[in-house]
Amino acid sequence: MENTIQLEELFDAKLERGEFIEPKDWMPEKYRKTLIRQISQHAHSEVIGMQPEGNWITRAPSLRRKAVLLAKVQDEGGHGLYLYSACETLGISRDEVIQQLQSGKAKYSSIFNYPTLTWADMGAIGWLVDGAAIMNQVMLQRTSYGPYSRAMVRICKEESFHQRQGYEIMCVLAKGSPEQKAMAQDALNRWWWPTLMMFGPKDAESSNSAESIKWKIKRETNDELRQKFVDRTVPQAEHLGLTVPDKDLKWNAERNSYDFGEIDWEEFWNVVQGNGPCNKVRIENHVRAHEEGKWVREAAAAYAAKKAKAAQVQVA
Amino acid sequence: MSSVTDSQWPVWEVFVQTKSGMPHKHCGSVHAPDKEIALQNARDVYTRRSEGTNIWVVPANAITASSPEDIGPFFDPSNDKPYRHPTFYEIPEGVKYM
Repeated sequence: MENTIQLEELFDAKLERGEFIEPKDWMPEKYRKTLIRQISQHAHSEVIGMQPEGNWITRAPSLRRKAVLLAKVQDEGGHGLYLYSACETLGISRDEVIQQLQSGKAKYSSIFNYPTLTWADMGAIGWLVDGAAIMNQVMLQRTSYGPYSRAMVRICKEESFHQRQGYEIMCVLAKGSPEQKAMAQDALNRWWWPTLMMFGPKDAESSNSAESIKWKIKRETNDELRQKFVDRTVPQAEHLGLTVPDKDLKWNAERNSYDFGEIDWEEFWNVVQGNGPCNKVRIENHVRAHEEGKWVREAAAAYAAKKAKAAQVQVA
Repeated sequence: MSSVTDSQWPVWEVFVQTKSGMPHKHCGSVHAPDKEIALQNARDVYTRRSEGTNIWVVPANAITASSPEDIGPFFDPSNDKPYRHPTFYEIPEGVKYM
């Protein structure tokens, strides 16, 4: 017991000095658990996030847009893999984290439980959803767990193309025909509030927030990041000539920030709990893809075993 | 609901050399059944934007690492041997190129 207290003091001192925690370092069990939960959730979000955009690859309006969307969705898969890799350094296997996703024990970002109804949604997702994710991920580059931080640095380098290609789609639509502009406005209307929900519950109601800040897993709170996102994004919407669907949105000169309306928290919790429009189909697709890939995994493993055996015979 | 009992293959650590002349740097891991597929997976996952000229993949269980607890005794010798550093030695003024 005394030993644990000493180790915890050393751990705290390390964080205090701004040092990173590495996989083999001693860490409190709760720190490990929190990180496994957060990193796996983050990885699942990247992977499940491939579905709403994958939905439009075959219907992209030009070859250029198709190539871009394909590259973006491939990146999301890659980001998922960086994060699974970081997560595994905490002593959990890939099998187990995938199992947790498929059984519903592990969550992923609720934003991906909304459907992508029109091409403009590809613009809104890149601009808003990736924009919000970047806000969070830029902060996480300085997270206290080394492998997570390093994965975030890689991800941030790649992510800014995602947001820019989305905004470009919005620009083209917003300056297009009245129908195209209406389509862009409709996408903004549907994605604005779910995007604000991506930052999570209010600080006062966020059970994990204080501890994550103390352990420097997070460097900024949900509300701080959300405010920053609104302040940066509203002028971008104005530039497009689109209207943010919030009647309470107004500039507050005193705070040097935008005031904005109340999020529908009932909707937020409802989607988190599995009742969003696409929760079911997202997991079904994941399970199906996993099962359909089973023979490939088995064949590759059998081939590897056969080759290893042949190599052994040759040596003997 | 599926049960994920099938294998996800062994873990390989990935080291990428960004350009010739530079050291290989650890950048993460991949799962693969053998070394050829490990290399291909590493290329797909870690070098999508020409980040590399060369990749090493190493079975994760083949790596032996020092323990953080050893940090004191394991790395100590260098601190009490300042004569390993060039600044330990006095060179007369006016002597050049040394």
